[in-house]
Amino acid sequence: MSVAIKANRLTPYMFLAPAGIILIFALLYPIGYMIYASFLDWSPSQRIGQAEFIGFRNYVNLWGDGAFRESFWVTIRFAAIVVTLEMVLGVGLALLLDRNIKGMAMLRTVFILPMMIAPIVVGLMWRYMYHPTVGIFNRTLKNFGFEGIPWLSDSTWSFIAIVIADVWQWTPFIFILALAAMQSLPRSALEAAEIDGANEWQKILMIKLPLMMPVLIVTLLLRLIDAFKVLEVILVLTNGGPGLSTEILALRIFRTAQEFQELGEAAAMSNLLLMMLMALTIGMFAYSRVQEARLARQRAAVEKDAD
Amino acid sequence: MAVQKETQNPAFYALIVALVVMSVGPIALMLATSFKTNVDVYDVSVPAFFFSPTIKNYETVLCNFLWYEPAHVDYCDPTFGRALVNSLIVGLISTGLTLTIGCMAAYALVRFRFMGRGTVSMTTLLMRMVPPAVLLVPVFGIWTFQYGLDQTYTGIILIYTAMNLPFVIWILQSFIVQVPIQLEEAARMDGANPFQVFFLVVLPIIQPGLAAAAIFTFRIAWNEFLLANALSGRSTRTVPVTIVNSITEYDINWGVIMATGMLLAIPPILFTFVASKQIITGMTAGAVKG
Repeated sequence: MSVAIKANRLTPYMFLAPAGIILIFALLYPIGYMIYASFLDWSPSQRIGQAEFIGFRNYVNLWGDGAFRESFWVTIRFAAIVVTLEMVLGVGLALLLDRNIKGMAMLRTVFILPMMIAPIVVGLMWRYMYHPTVGIFNRTLKNFGFEGIPWLSDSTWSFIAIVIADVWQWTPFIFILALAAMQSLPRSALEAAEIDGANEWQKILMIKLPLMMPVLIVTLLLRLIDAFKVLEVILVLTNGGPGLSTEILALRIFRTAQEFQELGEAAAMSNLLLMMLMALTIGMFAYSRVQEARLARQRAAVEKDAD
Repeated sequence: MAVQKETQNPAFYALIVALVVMSVGPIALMLATSFKTNVDVYDVSVPAFFFSPTIKNYETVLCNFLWYEPAHVDYCDPTFGRALVNSLIVGLISTGLTLTIGCMAAYALVRFRFMGRGTVSMTTLLMRMVPPAVLLVPVFGIWTFQYGLDQTYTGIILIYTAMNLPFVIWILQSFIVQVPIQLEEAARMDGANPFQVFFLVVLPIIQPGLAAAAIFTFRIAWNEFLLANALSGRSTRTVPVTIVNSITEYDINWGVIMATGMLLAIPPILFTFVASKQIITGMTAGAVKG
């Protein structure tokens, strides 16, 4: 390494400069700008210098805004429900399919498809399937003599509809991560359990799940963070409606900026969303630190025993 | 592990088939619908999958690229064709840019030991946390009033590059770490300068990493709607933006819109079948290996 540095002191900076410049101008600066903008009364036709500084008024307005509180709860409900469903389905499928079956590689490849396709297109496909008359769901229901379901025009059903679409799109993510975690489990622990006469359920509950826990927690948090970012699928499916029943925060930010032209308020909302996600991320880091410390202690204890 | 051959319960195969059908079903339905005329779409007696297919929808979408004039197109609307070109320009340039800049930075971080891997993975994770919706207001404001980049390709490419850089740097680092330093020292002995070492020695070795990073970057640029919607003008609109614009209309022409959606979905689907291994590596790298 010293050879490299002596060769040309400036080289490392030249390698880093483009990335540094782009990140500072196009990412750090906008985020800082957003925090500042959240204290302004600002419409898109104004330059930021002309916007009036109004302190915390945007935040106070949000606090008193029933529609904002509603979409805040919709977001929390949506994230909690989809992440729970996806974790249960994904981990369950991984436990069930963790064996040498032909076709597993094919399944994994096919499972990635819903995540790779544009969210806009995913929204489009589901909107077509939910169509009241020509959609595949209602057509099938009617063929069997049932009533069609008002998928996107009833507030309860439209919430269920966006949950189903999200579960379809993202359960594979959990499945693939859980399967990867399961296949890297130490074989010795499972064999020891087998020798001790553990049955399948005991192996899953006492050995597999506890050993996978660190990966599962990280997966859960990653998915939770992403669930707060969902926007395009819902935009295409329901555009937040009917009423506010499916208007999650990201969508509300988009509409506040685009339709209502309240940039300051949108920035304040963005700020709140960002702080919420920040808390989740910090929780994730704290968890992995605690986990590492615990593992280190255990290793030290084992070594002590060995002495 | 075990000596005896495991014979699996056929129920598991049934489950796998069911899962494959469930995840491919909606995509297959979109593909089928893109070959349907609008009349057939709204006719409930026409089955979802078995009907006489037509390529009229694709002809409508791509009319300005065709060498002949399709008889059913009275007026050729160039919006979709132009958007497809725009999406390609934005996707390809931003991917190329992100990879070049990102692997230079990753190389410097690894070889010159600037910051630990910890700092970079921390930044990556923090960036992953920021929703595009949060960037909407500031990026719109700055791009329009300060940089003067609104409605240009440059503006869209710049924000995509910035959004993808942390992830690309992070994933490429893990590949560069594995390049033996002796190789670089040997090249240096032969009189290569740092840039030659980087471009002629390091880059060829980390090609698999570059492929994974390229797929992820291109996919985000190709699929993104929100920022493209705020930043693009009439002539620079990308495909996702035009799709959303055309479904807000009251009377949706499902055949044509499904054909457009299919065209947008084809590149990611191709990548998935060609490089599913790399994609899974990139996806699991964050959570499983820490």
